[in-house]
Amino acid sequence: MHRYKTFNRKKSMIVFLAILFVMLFLVGRLVYLMVFCSEYYGTKAEDLHERERDIKAARGKIIDATGTVLAANKTVCTISVIHNQIEDPEAVIAALVKELGISEEKVRARVEKVSSIERIKANVDKETGERIRAYGLSGIKVDEDYKRYYPFDSLASKVLGFTGGDNQGIIGLEVKYDEYLQGKNGKILTLTDARGVEIENAGETRLDPIDGNNLHISLDYNIQMYAQQAASKALKQKQADSVSVIVMNPKNGEMMAMVNVPEFNLNEPFTLNYEVPETVTEEEKQNLLNQMWRNQCINDTYEPGSTFKIITTAAALEEGVVSLEDSFFCPGYITVEDRRIRCHKRTGHGAEDFVHGIMNSCNPVFIDVGLRIGAENFYEYFSSFGLLKKTGIDLPGEAATIMHAKENIGLVELATMSFGQSFQITPVQLVSTVSAFINGGNRVTPHFGVAVKDNEGNTVETFSYETGNAIVGTETSEKIRYLLEKVVSEGGGSKAKIAGYSIGGKTATSQTLPRSANKYISSFLGFAPADDPKVLVLVVINNPQGIYYGGTIAAPVAKEIFEDILPYLGVEYDEEAAREAETELAEY
Amino acid sequence: MGQRPEKSREMHRKYFDYTLLFIIIFLVGFGLVMLYSTSSYNAQMKFDDLAYYLKKQLFASLLGFCGMFVVAQLDYHIWIKLSNLAYLVALILCIAVIFVGAEYNGSSRWLMLGPLSFQPSELAKMAVILFLAKTIFQVPGQMGKFSTILKVIALVIPIFGVVAYNNLSTAIIIMGIAVCLCFVASPKIKPFIIMGMLVVAIGVVFVLQEGYRMERFDIWLHPEAHEKGYQTLQGLYAIGSGGLFGKGLGESMQKLGFLPEAQNDMIFSIICEELGLFGAVCVIFLFALLLWRFLIIANHASDLYGALIVVGIMAHIAIQVILNIAVVTNTIPNTGITLPFISYGGTSVAILLTEMGLALSVSRGTKLEMI
Repeated sequence: MHRYKTFNRKKSMIVFLAILFVMLFLVGRLVYLMVFCSEYYGTKAEDLHERERDIKAARGKIIDATGTVLAANKTVCTISVIHNQIEDPEAVIAALVKELGISEEKVRARVEKVSSIERIKANVDKETGERIRAYGLSGIKVDEDYKRYYPFDSLASKVLGFTGGDNQGIIGLEVKYDEYLQGKNGKILTLTDARGVEIENAGETRLDPIDGNNLHISLDYNIQMYAQQAASKALKQKQADSVSVIVMNPKNGEMMAMVNVPEFNLNEPFTLNYEVPETVTEEEKQNLLNQMWRNQCINDTYEPGSTFKIITTAAALEEGVVSLEDSFFCPGYITVEDRRIRCHKRTGHGAEDFVHGIMNSCNPVFIDVGLRIGAENFYEYFSSFGLLKKTGIDLPGEAATIMHAKENIGLVELATMSFGQSFQITPVQLVSTVSAFINGGNRVTPHFGVAVKDNEGNTVETFSYETGNAIVGTETSEKIRYLLEKVVSEGGGSKAKIAGYSIGGKTATSQTLPRSANKYISSFLGFAPADDPKVLVLVVINNPQGIYYGGTIAAPVAKEIFEDILPYLGVEYDEEAAREAETELAEY
Repeated sequence: MGQRPEKSREMHRKYFDYTLLFIIIFLVGFGLVMLYSTSSYNAQMKFDDLAYYLKKQLFASLLGFCGMFVVAQLDYHIWIKLSNLAYLVALILCIAVIFVGAEYNGSSRWLMLGPLSFQPSELAKMAVILFLAKTIFQVPGQMGKFSTILKVIALVIPIFGVVAYNNLSTAIIIMGIAVCLCFVASPKIKPFIIMGMLVVAIGVVFVLQEGYRMERFDIWLHPEAHEKGYQTLQGLYAIGSGGLFGKGLGESMQKLGFLPEAQNDMIFSIICEELGLFGAVCVIFLFALLLWRFLIIANHASDLYGALIVVGIMAHIAIQVILNIAVVTNTIPNTGITLPFISYGGTSVAILLTEMGLALSVSRGTKLEMI
């Protein structure tokens, strides 16, 4: 028998020691991995295991001056199925088909699809979601979510704006005050296995969502409704392209209403508010949507026409180049350089003083006054009245004034500018500038946002708007109020006259470019009470059919609005003015 | 007086290496616990039965223990006559598996015997140990000659080739066992050093020439940059997140589908994650203890044959443990080698336990006073 010899023992010892040596090396490797690399790999592993689940924060509400909620949240549900948790697929399919009104084919395809989670339908009513939950079928997941909801559908649609899928504002106040409204989403950190299924009892870290704060705005639901009704009526009657109405407080710039009919349904912002042929491409449709979302009061400029005569008047009075008693003569036209510019009354107004000049909205009078001011001065006033800057209204996309360069203003340009042509401003620019002339001279910042409050009503932030420096003196302001009252009581704005209320205003009829298209914009700017204006209304009717004179079609719209809102705003019914009006009527 | 030698002989006969037995039982028990911890998630997912893998492994372990006790009772010298047959049977089975084997994960390594599946390459390792021990035992004086060493190695080439056809890792283990046996049996050292250098040189050429192996090489160096490095990287995540004392038994996150088939080759990384560096070193220590017992038994075996069998077993276990842990810790490129007694694998555990029976059988013949 062969023995195991000493050299064999030695060699097996060598083998054993070699093995031990390698094992020791591996232990060293383990020490390196598990002590020195532990943090690196541990963190990576944790990243892999942790799932973040967002808890949506409720978006802040938008609340008007009366406390009416204009933008709120609705709880909606997202219905999904988790394939490997389904026990009774047929029952699941039947329940989903019944409750969601989707074809069985579609539901079956999704239920039978082998995936971790399959979404069946989003934005399902809470009630439907609860009914589905009540079936108690395993494998159906009903997740609650918030969706922006506008209780009045199209009310002030272009002002309020709407939100997108990520709860972010897309247009209007929703964008402007997004940071206040948005809130902060919460988080649930959970451990999951490789398929993303949460591990029970693993414990979760929860970070509660912080709901968005509520935005309180100066817009008044009732006034907005009155204005919208009046505008819609005019839109229909005059078959106009659009009608815009601004109602604001001329003293502090608070916007009480801003209407741009046709409005669109905020709850379905991606549906056009008119029929389009099916051939329209996605891109074209997007353009049409962008068009539909435009807020004409802010995003579009127009030639203000005769309403701008208020501004020419203010400049002239400030400059002292005209007094109310100055007399003028209108032969129906005026010649500036080689250009003959006609008055809207071809036969001419004849001899008139400045008061009648503005009452008649006589172009030659204002061209004369404009020329008296001079191009350079006129430009300076234009600038110091704030017309070259944006108004700073708290809505996105405010359009800038389109104006001649200073050195290009010749006499003809000066003449046309003095009655509101050859440059463009936004309606909101017009109302904020005129506000200053009638409120005693101070430029105001038009705005909607008043304050931000949390859900308990604690004020988070109160917005303050600078009341700019006086751009005209109080005396000039007083004269303008007097003149504009005359325009309504006895002049071209008489269709806005309401017995018992003193109303000031100015009409305008401007032709859009190109002039050959024969399209007009009729507008009326009015305020009341004339001696201490509490409210200012601007009505702009874009491309009316038939009669297009501002005094004829825009002034009555303003009158309708005034009739509704003056009592509402508590403007006192003036017995004396009523009696005066009666006697006037009796005289006829 | 006359009875004393009789008594001492009886004491010889009664010697049994209980230390080894307990180490084995402990390893198998620990292995089952870790297997259950590691595999229950996968078992639940695939078979809707938390204990699916545990049950199969338990069954194989019990079978293995039976084999162990039977083999331990037998005089190991009967294998001298049977080793040729064992080698032949193993060779035939390994050839058969190429043609009629059941496929799993892209390679066919299993023979289906009714409800049981069987991996012949596991048997091949044991057959090679028995066969080579016998071969060397029959020509001990010639082991000093280089030519004899080469001849002995040549004898395992057929089975090496057949196994390598679809399981290169096991083939390498077989070759490793053969080289170890020759090394211990031969009085010389130089030829082995030369051979070792030759193998390294060939290995380098091999690695540089074959793209697939180059890729494997690259995955090894940068597991995070390769899609195929996913398993390795997940293993490292598991090891790294274990830290000093681990997350606690059953608390592994990586076994929840992140580390694919954690219960197979990568089970050691889950041990690291759950039991930490401490647990991992304990496991290595346990294997070292096991190998030490083999060394003791080999060195005190009553004859060269028994000693060589145990040296072969030691080489087998050592190579597998070292390669497995080296792969799991990404110390060497990935090759599919299981961790003895702990990784999931019925054939492996059953045959390993039978092999342990062989070692225990040899331990019976040792001289008590020398231990």
